[in-house]
Amino acid sequence: MPAIWCWINTMRKTMQGKAWHKYLLSLPPMVYLLIFFAAPTLIMLFASFRYAGEYGGLAPWYLHEEGRLTLDLTLENWQRLLGTDIYLRLFLKSVGYAVMTTLICMVMGYPLALTIARSDRKSRDLLLLLVILPFWSNFLVRIYAWMIIFSPVGALTRMLNGLLDLVGGGPVTLMYSPTAMIICLVYVHLPFMVLPLYANLEKHDLDLLDAAQDLGAGKWRRFWLITWPLSLPGITAGSILVFIPVLGMFAIPDLLGGTNGIMIGNVIKQQFMESRDWPFGSVLSIVLTVTAVAVVLLGARLGQGRGGRG
Amino acid sequence: MEILDLLEIVDVSRRFDAFLALDRVSLQIEAGEFFTLLGPSGCGKTTLLRLIAGFDQADGGDILLDGKSIIATPPEYRPLHTIFQNYALFPHMTVAENIAFPLRMAGCAKKEIQSRVGEALENVRLPDKAGKYPDSLSGGQKQRIAIARALVNRPRLLLLDEPLSALDAKLSEQMQLELINLQKDIGITFIYVTHDQSEALALSHRIAVMDHGRIAQVDAPSRLYGYPNSRFVADFIGKCNVLAGHVREQQGDCVTVELDGLGPVHVCRSETNFGVGSRCALTLRPEKIRIGRFSSIPGASDTMTSMSVADTVSPLGDESHFTGYVHDLLYLGDVTVYNVTLSNGILLETLLANSASGRTNFFEVGDRVEVAWSCDAGHLVLD
Repeated sequence: MPAIWCWINTMRKTMQGKAWHKYLLSLPPMVYLLIFFAAPTLIMLFASFRYAGEYGGLAPWYLHEEGRLTLDLTLENWQRLLGTDIYLRLFLKSVGYAVMTTLICMVMGYPLALTIARSDRKSRDLLLLLVILPFWSNFLVRIYAWMIIFSPVGALTRMLNGLLDLVGGGPVTLMYSPTAMIICLVYVHLPFMVLPLYANLEKHDLDLLDAAQDLGAGKWRRFWLITWPLSLPGITAGSILVFIPVLGMFAIPDLLGGTNGIMIGNVIKQQFMESRDWPFGSVLSIVLTVTAVAVVLLGARLGQGRGGRG
Repeated sequence: MEILDLLEIVDVSRRFDAFLALDRVSLQIEAGEFFTLLGPSGCGKTTLLRLIAGFDQADGGDILLDGKSIIATPPEYRPLHTIFQNYALFPHMTVAENIAFPLRMAGCAKKEIQSRVGEALENVRLPDKAGKYPDSLSGGQKQRIAIARALVNRPRLLLLDEPLSALDAKLSEQMQLELINLQKDIGITFIYVTHDQSEALALSHRIAVMDHGRIAQVDAPSRLYGYPNSRFVADFIGKCNVLAGHVREQQGDCVTVELDGLGPVHVCRSETNFGVGSRCALTLRPEKIRIGRFSSIPGASDTMTSMSVADTVSPLGDESHFTGYVHDLLYLGDVTVYNVTLSNGILLETLLANSASGRTNFFEVGDRVEVAWSCDAGHLVLD
């Protein structure tokens, strides 16, 4: 969605400048986005006002003998969403997971990104490589690996329970717990926080820190008055990149969340794949998309602050 | 009453791995002085400045401010500020917030901060820029804001790290005048780092010329220019012909030097005692050499008919006198530079002002010319 706005903006500017070759260059991505993003979004919006078909999917369009087309449009699906608080609570729970994951990624990713950005050139490349190393193996494979680690007979659980036993605590299960989900969500999304933050921090002019120190700022004030505000665009970008995928995540709750661990993404997937209720699945998807867009807009506004000048 | 040195640098050394950036440097800088550290890149001048500011730690020696060692004091507690080469204005703060920064750090009251920021902006004549962000300012304006920020809480010492190098020539010249006036007005000691010798000559009360981590010479600009103490200083400050030779005899401040390939000349401005036979070099500024048209009978009547004294060189008793050919010339508008090949192949740079109207070129390449300089024109250094 933001990509489209960005493109429209660019196009408006280019049309004013009459630089048609630029417009031509952005044509292929525009066509791609039209076909695979804008059109499906409109279809989804349309589907949310339709009835579900008898055997799943959407109910057929009725073509009467005289050639008249009847569209059976309904608000039923939207009423179903608003009629109960079950979906609202699911949304809030998902937002809660997304906020929590984003905050933990920020707290853990910031020092990491700062350390990498301030280390010498040689170790910088190595450290960056280590950050993106997990991408070399498949996402699902890594989650299965976590299932082994978290399993009741796994090393981590055993060690933890052994330690808890010493202090008299009862045994705990990690598998199928919110803790397991958060750990895994953070693990998967940490690089998405670290990389934009690093890209921002790496560009900081270190003379500014010298100047601040010269003018009387100690270590903490140098961080909070110079480095932090200048890194706000990086924090915003990283947060958006973590928040949005976590909000719609279904694979990790599916595999690690257990029966109580489902998020809104799981319900959407259920509607399309298992219940085959496409109209209601569309309703939930639209709400999720709108939430995500709202977050991006909020983030863009925050990122536009003075920090954007760094 | 004894004048106390404001800043004393005692035997300071700094080594980066195998590279000795500063080699037992000692300097005394007086209160109210405009002091310049001048030298080619890599001579250690910026390293020394960073040591004074506290960004870097010396490997040996001491730095005293008002007689007290500050070597262990972190930069944020040293009563001195630095103007950085790129100004280092905080991009996320307005001009007023930038200037208020040191006052905030010192814990000043809001009201006081406000009035002093206003005052500082008045002083640099940019009162309407208070709410602007640094990236909307021109280079010269950034420069002035950086100075306002550094001076707002009245430091004992201002360190300036090549602050004019990012400005174009015209603006740089204008800022030089502003810096001189500012320093005179506020009376705060400036320590200025530059590799630009003309900037140093124009600005400073005293200059320390640095070379390979050592102080080559500390002197007032005119002394430095007129009496360089080494071939390096002579070469680095302004343009200079350096003619090697050895001392034949010395009588008081008058020395007879046998120049290699040129023969004996008199030098009558020597302050050092040279041993007879010791190697030395005569440093000779281009503008001190007179150049004239060659005539077979030196000092003949054509002097009378000539348009200008520059046309011929009349030999005086205390002048050294040689003939040669114009090797090449460089027309610079106000002056023309002639490189003259002397009989022994030595190339001598000379200068002739183009002040006479209608005369853009006095000589052409290949012209036979005479050059001469009086015995007090050159300065003798040990070689």
